[in-house]
Amino acid sequence: MEPIYLDNNATTRCEPAVVEAMLPFFTEHFGNASSIHAFGSEVGKALKKARAQVQALLGAEHDSEIIFTSCGTESDSTAILSALKAQPERNTVITTTVEHPAILTLCEWLEKEGYIVHKLKVDKKGRIDIDEYKSLLHDRVAVVSVMWANNETGTLFPVEEMAELAAAKGIMFHTDAVQAVGKVPIDLKNTKIDMLSLSGHKLHAPKGIGVLYLRRGCRFRPLLRGGHQERGRRAGTENSASIVGLGMACELAMQNMEKENTEVRRLRDKLEKGILSQVTHCFPTGDPGNRLPNTSNIAFEYVEGEAILLLLNKMGIACSSGSACTSGSLEPSHVMRAMGIPYTAAHGTIRFSLSVNNTEAEINRVIEAVPPIIAQLRKLSPYWRDGGPVSAEQAFAPTYA
Amino acid sequence: MWEYSDKVREHFFNPRNSGPLEEANGIGDVGSIQCGDALRLMLKVNPETEVIEDAHFQTFGCGSAIASSSALTEMIKGLTLDEALKVSNQDIADFLDGLPPEKMHCSVMGREALQAAVANYRGEEWSDDHEEGALICKCFAIDAVMIEDVVTANNLNTVEEVTFYTKAGGGCAACHEGIEEILAKVKASRAGPGETSPPPACPATPEAPKPPSKKLSIVEKIKKIEEVLESVRPMLQRDHGDVELADVQGKKIYVHLKGACSGCMMEAATLGGIQQKMIETLGELVQVLPSSHMPVEA
Repeated sequence: MEPIYLDNNATTRCEPAVVEAMLPFFTEHFGNASSIHAFGSEVGKALKKARAQVQALLGAEHDSEIIFTSCGTESDSTAILSALKAQPERNTVITTTVEHPAILTLCEWLEKEGYIVHKLKVDKKGRIDIDEYKSLLHDRVAVVSVMWANNETGTLFPVEEMAELAAAKGIMFHTDAVQAVGKVPIDLKNTKIDMLSLSGHKLHAPKGIGVLYLRRGCRFRPLLRGGHQERGRRAGTENSASIVGLGMACELAMQNMEKENTEVRRLRDKLEKGILSQVTHCFPTGDPGNRLPNTSNIAFEYVEGEAILLLLNKMGIACSSGSACTSGSLEPSHVMRAMGIPYTAAHGTIRFSLSVNNTEAEINRVIEAVPPIIAQLRKLSPYWRDGGPVSAEQAFAPTYA
Repeated sequence: MWEYSDKVREHFFNPRNSGPLEEANGIGDVGSIQCGDALRLMLKVNPETEVIEDAHFQTFGCGSAIASSSALTEMIKGLTLDEALKVSNQDIADFLDGLPPEKMHCSVMGREALQAAVANYRGEEWSDDHEEGALICKCFAIDAVMIEDVVTANNLNTVEEVTFYTKAGGGCAACHEGIEEILAKVKASRAGPGETSPPPACPATPEAPKPPSKKLSIVEKIKKIEEVLESVRPMLQRDHGDVELADVQGKKIYVHLKGACSGCMMEAATLGGIQQKMIETLGELVQVLPSSHMPVEA
């Protein structure tokens, strides 16, 4: 039985063409790009090409606006800490309650260090209130950091509009676009976005490579100081093989952009409809009308996500869950809680995230596999009896809750 | 993903005794929808003999919650109520060839459901003061609530002391930042508002002792050393270990670690904890070493 990979928001398969482009940089092109001899200059040229490939995908005005980093998390930390260091008179960060831990954990630490962090709340569909946002823009705000698309639900945020509003007040704007790059068209030169983070392994490049886009003229303080790599903005010898791989992945993403938004979207919609039409007491989370084309997050009530994942895995199907048990914490996903998804459903959320590599046959197999798994687990659940949730009189009311 | 034992997987994929039990005369409902697991244990008890003739479960929860429930029903069938009550959460975990530390609460839930079901059969009230916090130490499965309670009750001030009392932090040491935060929080609440101060920068280093008012004679010193060992003994015995004084040579105190303590991966932490107490009691810097480190007489 061929395994089916529907966890592309977690990570993606490195494309064979990407691997092929990288291999010479482990062997004959092993030079250090900083060296003056031929070994170095070969690598230098390759990095220049990769930078241009990333620039094209992001629609950046200059290739020098692309800074290679080690991952999305490094890009996020660099952006926010730079904004605070470069503007010591500003002590406030605006973000959202549904960011990735790369932003939220950093912000929690900044609060301990004495900074002020405003987290924008979201409604039931995971949307922010733009009026609340406007009311928070004042001259003590150093940076706004809002994700382009949410990793769990795929919900898109109006980052271009939000960046305009921030720019009008002279406030820097950063977006964690790790999930959006390669899935939705981006044209940074026509926006007011100052900084953007991306991560290679989310778009079929290898793990361990990321990018911070830094608009020309945006005040900056490096996170890593040392050599003059990346024009002194990110010291450390370039990860040349991975940079070349990322460049190739960006070129492929440009070519696949239309397929992502037609074929992948169609398969995602088919999967979601196929499941919702067969399983009762489940619903898609987030904002189905405004989300990434590849993501569907479905909450199955009265069953627990890890149990679903284990049974899916047994059938060769890989996806992920927002349940507490998969993370080792006691609370279900902070994104589900921020949207006010009830606990009976939050623990049973399953994220299906597709890529251009998925096929119609795979989607058919998943549509067939899911309903019996949910039925099997509901039969075990004390919250479920005779094909429906336990009625209020017989409700399961444990001694402690 | 978790590393579940084959037995956990087997009990999850093929749960025994699941679903309602119509003839149940003892039902225990425990768990919490917030935590993502809840368990109903149903017992059919013979009123003459108090033997559990049948046991069923219904569980909302992850793989190990379902496996723990299934294991529990298998373990208690055929036992009398009193025998069944002796089944501990560790027994459930052992039956399944172990659970990941993050998942030990699943076996705790099984144990609690059992208590609740027996209480229900006997017509007693069963109340639980069980409270769980975020898991801090993954090596020994110690959560924040447990650490905070122990820190408060024993007036602890260093990570080392926390390790000594709870084991938390005695393994990979990755949780020391988390433990320091709890120490700082408790210290702040002890001091009252406005008097907060950060935890000691390097808690692993013993603080310089106050000079003793007068030098102890060797007899007084050994007496005090014995007192310290006496005070830690119950804790070691709880873990099936023990400690005995071997020799005192100047500033070096040699001890025999016995039973489960000998060769335990926690040996260094145990000795460190004893050393800290020795320094406090004797008022001078001393070293506590295992007897194996004693110099061989020429």
